[in-house]
Amino acid sequence: MNLRTFKKGVRPSEFKEFTDGKSIEILPLPNEVFIPVQQHIGAPCKPVVEKGMDVKTGQIIATAGGFVSSLIHATISGKVKAIESFPHPLGGQGLMIQIVSDGKDEWIDTGEDNPKVRDWEKLSKDEIITAIQNAGIVGMGGAAFPLHVKLSPPKGKTIDTFILNGCECEPFLTADHRMMLEQTDDVVLGVRLIMKALGAEKAIIGIEANKPDAIEKITKAIVPFPNITVQPLKVKYPQGAEKMLIKAALDRNVPAGGLPMDVNVVVNNVGTAIAVTDAVMRKRPVIERVVTVTGKGIREPKNVLARIGTPFQNLIDFCGGLTEDAAKVLMGGPMMGVTQHTLAVPVIKATSGIVCLTFESVVEKTEYPCIQCGACIRVCPMDLMPTRLARFAQNCKWDEAEKFGIVNCIECGSCAFVCPSNIPLVQRIRIGKLKVNEIRRKQKTAEKVESI
Amino acid sequence: MFTTILYAVLSMGGLGLLFSVLIALANKKLAVEEDPRITEIAELLPNANCGSCGYAGCANFAENLVGGKSQINNCSVCGNDAKETIARILGVDVQTGEHRVAVVFCQGGKSNATKKGDYRGVKTCLATTFVSGGERACNYGCIGYGDCVTACPFDAIHINDEGLATVDRKKCTGCGTCVSACPRGVIEMHPISHHVFVQCKNIDNPKVARSVCKHACIGCMICERAVQGVGFKVTNNLAKVDHVQYTKELVLPTDKCPTKAIVILGQADES
Repeated sequence: MNLRTFKKGVRPSEFKEFTDGKSIEILPLPNEVFIPVQQHIGAPCKPVVEKGMDVKTGQIIATAGGFVSSLIHATISGKVKAIESFPHPLGGQGLMIQIVSDGKDEWIDTGEDNPKVRDWEKLSKDEIITAIQNAGIVGMGGAAFPLHVKLSPPKGKTIDTFILNGCECEPFLTADHRMMLEQTDDVVLGVRLIMKALGAEKAIIGIEANKPDAIEKITKAIVPFPNITVQPLKVKYPQGAEKMLIKAALDRNVPAGGLPMDVNVVVNNVGTAIAVTDAVMRKRPVIERVVTVTGKGIREPKNVLARIGTPFQNLIDFCGGLTEDAAKVLMGGPMMGVTQHTLAVPVIKATSGIVCLTFESVVEKTEYPCIQCGACIRVCPMDLMPTRLARFAQNCKWDEAEKFGIVNCIECGSCAFVCPSNIPLVQRIRIGKLKVNEIRRKQKTAEKVESI
Repeated sequence: MFTTILYAVLSMGGLGLLFSVLIALANKKLAVEEDPRITEIAELLPNANCGSCGYAGCANFAENLVGGKSQINNCSVCGNDAKETIARILGVDVQTGEHRVAVVFCQGGKSNATKKGDYRGVKTCLATTFVSGGERACNYGCIGYGDCVTACPFDAIHINDEGLATVDRKKCTGCGTCVSACPRGVIEMHPISHHVFVQCKNIDNPKVARSVCKHACIGCMICERAVQGVGFKVTNNLAKVDHVQYTKELVLPTDKCPTKAIVILGQADES
């Protein structure tokens, strides 16, 4: 097999055996859901429902707060109990719409009879994008960037290739893998729809070599479409990061500070492709997603299809509950996931997995001084110098940090993973990035004020 | 033998003499005229280089003062005496304002605030904001990892045994570095004559506020009613002292506060 990959990167243990052989199970309807108005990158949504109102599944409950924003739909039918701030899985608190289920799961009338038989080939580019926008689709891989924005490149930029990201390079997670196996036709149709929306000539489906069954199945499904190819990729982290995937699949380098569209490429995740098929063919907005509930800290690891807004507790109970020695629950994989302090946080559009770790795997390690071994530099996929950036961030040298390209860090965590001195490199760099971006923003506003 | 030594001494001595004359001439010719007031003022400034005036250190500030680009009041650290002396050197009038100090609006230390989990990440307040904000359940209070302590150039703010930032009102110069260092915005600057504060920033509803901290302000309005609305004002579930209207003659509702959120800071003789 012709395996391609990018330079550098790391090889963490995979731990995919917990769930990669288990088919997706549908979670019973939750009694109540908490739907955050901020689930994506961009402006938060504005709630359009009020306390006490009855809502139906699929009804729009919050409208976009700007162009780079996305719609939010009710994921169960029932009554709006509160619009208040609740714990948010991305940290802190966030405004959420709490809906108590009436148990009926009644769908809102979409106004079209039997939409399944529609012939999508006749749809225009704009019609597909509008359908995507109305369905509130965001990147389902984790970054949650509104899809309609990604599919509307600014004038002067053309997209020749669409890459479907089936790498799933984070350890533990198998949601994308299962979707590729169980919803193969939807994935391929989603790819064709996105290609049409972008006007792209060809598409590449990148899949890591540790999913041979998915590669085989997708390869079979794309036989009638010569412009779609499957590219098996070497198992390496962070293979699924946009820029790394483009390098591996097309050998194009996204310039520092640039976007994939600068090299005429758009990358999307498997879950996003399925959501597009759902939106265009079935008029179904994003109300559910596949979540891998896994780790040694959970009794029966499973791939679960859960409604957006379902509290983590429901999913964990569905999987037999936490074991006695469970110590840490993460949203997302162990490399980039966010630690949770309560299981009341809801599943959001970007929740790819819930990983439960045990005490034996969350040992607190003593930090030792940097020994200048350069291990982090050897693995950084963005060719940065993590040790130096971390030191700048620790000592508040924001100018130097910026000069050494701190904002290009993709926060993959490879540096902290390999550091023999247990230095929390990526954590320090994230602080630095936050500060540098803040300073940049302030400078921009100051310049604007001056020019007026 | 002797002549060799003589030649060496003479040639080296001659070279030395030549260069010293050159240096002496260069010193005269290339001398930089510096306003003597700059050194004088720089000596009077606190020389802590805290940067709160907006210039790169005290010497730079002194240059800009003499150059007329800045005003002495921009230095919040300087004492009133020093300010007056500097104003006299510059030949300008100065209105010395009241000395301001930092006040930490939180009492949620280890024994008062509810703990929501173990935090094992990088021990700075800013880092905790990535993962739900540290160990304490309150989303408005002090996190307790001391970003303000690191920022303070005057050693005036410390984390006490309770894990709370506390200000040494005598040492605090009012430069405000800690205010910008705190990711939660718990620290505010107030004139030193203000002693009474509602030391809480929690604007959650009373039920939530009480569940996260014993000393949280729950917006119960008792203080506002006790003073007939003069001096205390409750907005958005949080009471605030209105220092314009607040006078010492008011009967302090301190002991009436059910959560002991109202605190008297510092001694009366400070101001």
